[in-house]
Amino acid sequence: MAERSFAKEVQQLKIGAGEEFRGEGILAITKALLQCGVGYVAGYQGAPISHLMDVLTDAEDIMEELGVHLEASASEAAAGATLAASVHYPIRGAVAWKSTVGTNVASDAIANLASGGVLGGALIIVGEDYGEGSSIMQERSHSFAMKSQVWLLDPRPSLPSIVKAVSDGFELSEATNTPVMLEVRIRSCHVHGRFIAKDNQRPKMTMAEALENPQRDTNRIVLPPASFGHEQEKVKVRWPAAIEFIKSRKLNEHFGPADGKVGIICQGGMYNGVMRALQRLGLADLYGESRVPIYCLNVTYPLIRDEIVEFCAGKDAVMVVEEGQPDHIEQAIGDMLYKAGGTARLTGKGFLPMAGEYTGPVMLAGLTDFLRTYQPDLLPDRERAPNDPDEKIALPDLGGKVPMRPPGFCTGCPERPIFAAMKLVEKKLGVHHIAADIGCHLFSIMPPFNLGATTMGYGLGPASASAFNVAAKKRPIAVMGDGGFWHNGLTSGVGNAVFNEQDGVILIVDNYYSAATGGQDILSSRADNARRSTQHPITRAVEGLGATWVRQIDRTYDVGKMRDTLTEALTTEHKGPKVIVASSECMLNKQRRVKPQMAAAVKAGKRVVKPRFGVDEDVCTGDHACIRLSGCPSLSVKKLDDPLRDDPVAAIDTSCVGCGNCGEVAEAAVLCPSFYQADVVFNPRPAETRRASWRAGIIGWLQRRRDRGRLTFAS
Amino acid sequence: MNVHSAMPSPSGADGGGIIKLAILAVGGQGGGVVTSWIVDLAEQAGYYAQSTSVPGVAQRTGATIYYVEMLPATDRTPILSLMPAAGDVDIVLAAELMEAGRAIQRGFVTPDRTTLITSSHRAFAVSEKAAPGSGILETAPILDAARQAAARFLAADLDTLAVQNGSVISASLFGALAGSEALPFPREAFEATIRRGGKGIAASLRAFAAGYEAVRADAAVPAPAPVAAEPGRIVDGPPAQRQAFGALVKRIEALPSPAQEMARRGLQKVVDYQDVRYGGEYLDRVAAVAALDDGSGTLAEAAAKYIANAMAYDDVIRVADLKTRARRTERVRREVGVREGEILTVTEYMHPRGEEICGLMPARLGAYVERRPKLFGIVDRLVNRGHRVRTDRLRGFAMLYVLAALRPARRRLLRHRVEVAHLEAWLGHVHRLAPTEPALAAEVLKCRRLVKGYSDTHARGEAKFDKVLSALPLLEGRPDGADWLRRLREAALVDEMGSALDGALKTVASLDAPPLKERTA
Repeated sequence: MAERSFAKEVQQLKIGAGEEFRGEGILAITKALLQCGVGYVAGYQGAPISHLMDVLTDAEDIMEELGVHLEASASEAAAGATLAASVHYPIRGAVAWKSTVGTNVASDAIANLASGGVLGGALIIVGEDYGEGSSIMQERSHSFAMKSQVWLLDPRPSLPSIVKAVSDGFELSEATNTPVMLEVRIRSCHVHGRFIAKDNQRPKMTMAEALENPQRDTNRIVLPPASFGHEQEKVKVRWPAAIEFIKSRKLNEHFGPADGKVGIICQGGMYNGVMRALQRLGLADLYGESRVPIYCLNVTYPLIRDEIVEFCAGKDAVMVVEEGQPDHIEQAIGDMLYKAGGTARLTGKGFLPMAGEYTGPVMLAGLTDFLRTYQPDLLPDRERAPNDPDEKIALPDLGGKVPMRPPGFCTGCPERPIFAAMKLVEKKLGVHHIAADIGCHLFSIMPPFNLGATTMGYGLGPASASAFNVAAKKRPIAVMGDGGFWHNGLTSGVGNAVFNEQDGVILIVDNYYSAATGGQDILSSRADNARRSTQHPITRAVEGLGATWVRQIDRTYDVGKMRDTLTEALTTEHKGPKVIVASSECMLNKQRRVKPQMAAAVKAGKRVVKPRFGVDEDVCTGDHACIRLSGCPSLSVKKLDDPLRDDPVAAIDTSCVGCGNCGEVAEAAVLCPSFYQADVVFNPRPAETRRASWRAGIIGWLQRRRDRGRLTFAS
Repeated sequence: MNVHSAMPSPSGADGGGIIKLAILAVGGQGGGVVTSWIVDLAEQAGYYAQSTSVPGVAQRTGATIYYVEMLPATDRTPILSLMPAAGDVDIVLAAELMEAGRAIQRGFVTPDRTTLITSSHRAFAVSEKAAPGSGILETAPILDAARQAAARFLAADLDTLAVQNGSVISASLFGALAGSEALPFPREAFEATIRRGGKGIAASLRAFAAGYEAVRADAAVPAPAPVAAEPGRIVDGPPAQRQAFGALVKRIEALPSPAQEMARRGLQKVVDYQDVRYGGEYLDRVAAVAALDDGSGTLAEAAAKYIANAMAYDDVIRVADLKTRARRTERVRREVGVREGEILTVTEYMHPRGEEICGLMPARLGAYVERRPKLFGIVDRLVNRGHRVRTDRLRGFAMLYVLAALRPARRRLLRHRVEVAHLEAWLGHVHRLAPTEPALAAEVLKCRRLVKGYSDTHARGEAKFDKVLSALPLLEGRPDGADWLRRLREAALVDEMGSALDGALKTVASLDAPPLKERTA
């Protein structure tokens, strides 16, 4: 079960023609897919696409009613390959993933798919994880579209445009026998807006119908000589068809006056940013009326030569607003204009930065500079003389006064004790080379743990330690999560290590979910899932591959055991990979699951024990060694109201979920006796209550007896 | 930082009327809930609203930002921005004080238009918590900046208000937004939105009301930290001890006045730690150092503070004593929030080592065992593991109660001998230096701050203490000696392994030879 439930929201997917839909971008995309008569959908979670997968999963009943098949793919490669169903059958299919990382993984399938081409519309929805909030390397999906000759849609970031792009995408795909990529940026995925819905359509052919009437066409299979034919077909048939379709359907839009001294060519995704900058310069209104001509590329690949040359004709200068690098679009436009003998000055990167997100201030500065250079009379007076010091107000400089707040492990996270244990091992056996991986466990690289040297891709942790398979006094440690393990770590990590007799340690962090992407179920999830097969232990898979030194730890919070197992793995004589599977449920998901159950049980009068931890403030000496082995949000510090104490003491706040890490760490690391665990027993049994009050009576008597013999001070 | 303050407030051709609202929160604080409430509120009031956020793993417990734009709906679809821009935000909601600072840093708060509403509570970042000393950043610069940068600045401890009302900060933050009247919607509309949400409505409404009132009651600044309680007030005790304690308190009046307050606290601490006689010993030691004070009181005050801390060293008896007190039982019940009909069980996490057990032995016996590795090994193996003691049960409580009963015998135990020797050596430096270099002597006193914790932590602290004082021969006689010692101490508190300290020590070692004594005199 995913971290966020869309059970309520998905009801909107049923609305019919003329009704208004309100909600997030991802939900709108799902609705659009159903309106287009999609036959199957597949994908792999990962922000900003995670919620799309969650929505689809929560909407599975609705989709089933319509005859739409949903596949929660094992990886983006698996999802990409799913589109093979559209090669020979006139069935529309859509897949989704986080890009560019997911596109990297899927690119083998996409390249093959694009070579042979498709009969049914094939839509690849990529969540472009670029700019603020992104968790991956900063690259562009654009390059993938170019190299495989896949058309790329980049609609304006408003729900009507995105919904239209889905439908345009399917039609374009079918008209050109080419897969189409639909790029949505992080914020478009999560933008709340509205659009007028259409009726949902059943697919023209269901998957069952296709399966029962198999088709094949050797010409569509990527093998010589067909593969050579495919390349020719791409440029001679599909490309011209795409140009024709995009032109005739007017997929790209023109805003503002027909002519002008200057013009702007922007990616659809940049449109709102451009308009806001123009609004702030007084050159546009809120509803899209612009005083500067804008050519908006809802299709960013291929570009339409005629439209671009025509737009630039007669203009002094044209600015391309294209986020990210390389500047594929600007280069292509430059090539087109040069060959067409264009005279407009082409600019873009230069006024705008080559790399990085085009935020409000960046866009405003870039457009202002462009206009100041080429048409200053458009600008308001103050912008023509921008360096007047009176125009600016100096604000206090808070540099170094606001702490960095990078992401980290949640309160009660079961991965925290694993790294606390690793820290303790480091103290005994020295610093080791640690290959990290993608997943929440990658937070180990940040304070307070500072563990992990590289991350090479989802599930590639162990593979990225391969070169260290040499005789040495230390062994490499590779970490990967259960998500990464099933994504590809099973083969590229463990299989690879067994085959090559790698002598390192492989630590698999099993938290019952693909937790970092939002808590989706995977093969080893412990939950009963009505629609998927779960509860396949990782250890069995690992042993099946031939690993012989395998340890399962069922409670990661047992820091002592964790430490000892790691120590054993690093020191044993055993040859070959040492695999440790450390399992405990993701606390975020556990709390979401357990909290309502507990509340209901308490209400129903059942006996419930709720643990939490505390710190005795007069025992704590304020060294914070415990925090350096934790970093838990609920374990904080507080300044005591006592001038004798220089340093703040540790304190645990009410958000503590009683995971036990604090106590275990204090015990294993021999820290200090200031931690205590306080369990509240709700609805205790009568005998229990009697015993407790009898004990409290005796303890109270002993306490009073001692206090009578000494001075007691006001606290 | 400079911002374009004169940027058109939503002017443009006819761009007026958009309200731009940014919410800065820490992942897990419920910024998404507030955002969806605001959208619902606006849409119910006939507005067109657009919100965006950046969910994903990148925000787990980290700083996050949500953004809403709204304007009265018409038959045309407005084109709105998907992210806030510096100098172009009307309302900033910050769910934590430093996040308000971040909003200011990013230029979202400008004096021409921004209403800044923040919770004044602090949720410390890992970097602030992990320092061996105090890494907590100051709130004053943030509050000052907020007052300067915002057109209106409203702050209240919205987190505490939410917790007090059994809810979470999203509700009290939403209440504060309503109370600010920065949005053109009445209170009832806000409350209706919460009711439509459907979960924990009653508690949310209570927290909402508290937030609403809080920003209206005090539209200025959060209250300063409470003033420290008056020390030395005896609640109870045997008359003879009370009398003797009274006599000790009188002796404090002979100390330089800046040191008196600290001495009263120190006295209370050591008497509470051991007994009234120990208080007398404490005052003897403080008075001996205070006699060398140059009149400023600096040395005397440092003595009053650090001698008390040194004499109230942390040992097994102290821990057992603190954990078996009636007041501690009350405090735990209060913090955990145990209610009528519920039972509290308390488990202590302890990990004694052989050293602690030897420390509990009579001095000669303890030293004997410690000198014999085999014997010590046996003792260590017997105890050196994690012990979980249930102090709500009689057996666990009795064990600690009996250990605490060793208090009267403490002076005869090995640990006490060791501590006293350490204390005397340290005070020896102070007495030697005070007549000629009082500032350096005061700094030596303050180095006691480095010795803290238990077991390994204590050993590491003591090692750092020794390391810092090892620089004394190089620093004595230097006019900037006190300054250097302070720097060394501060370096020692920066990181656990003492790498900053090692660096600082190298610098000290490379200082020029001390100048002639005459120049410092």
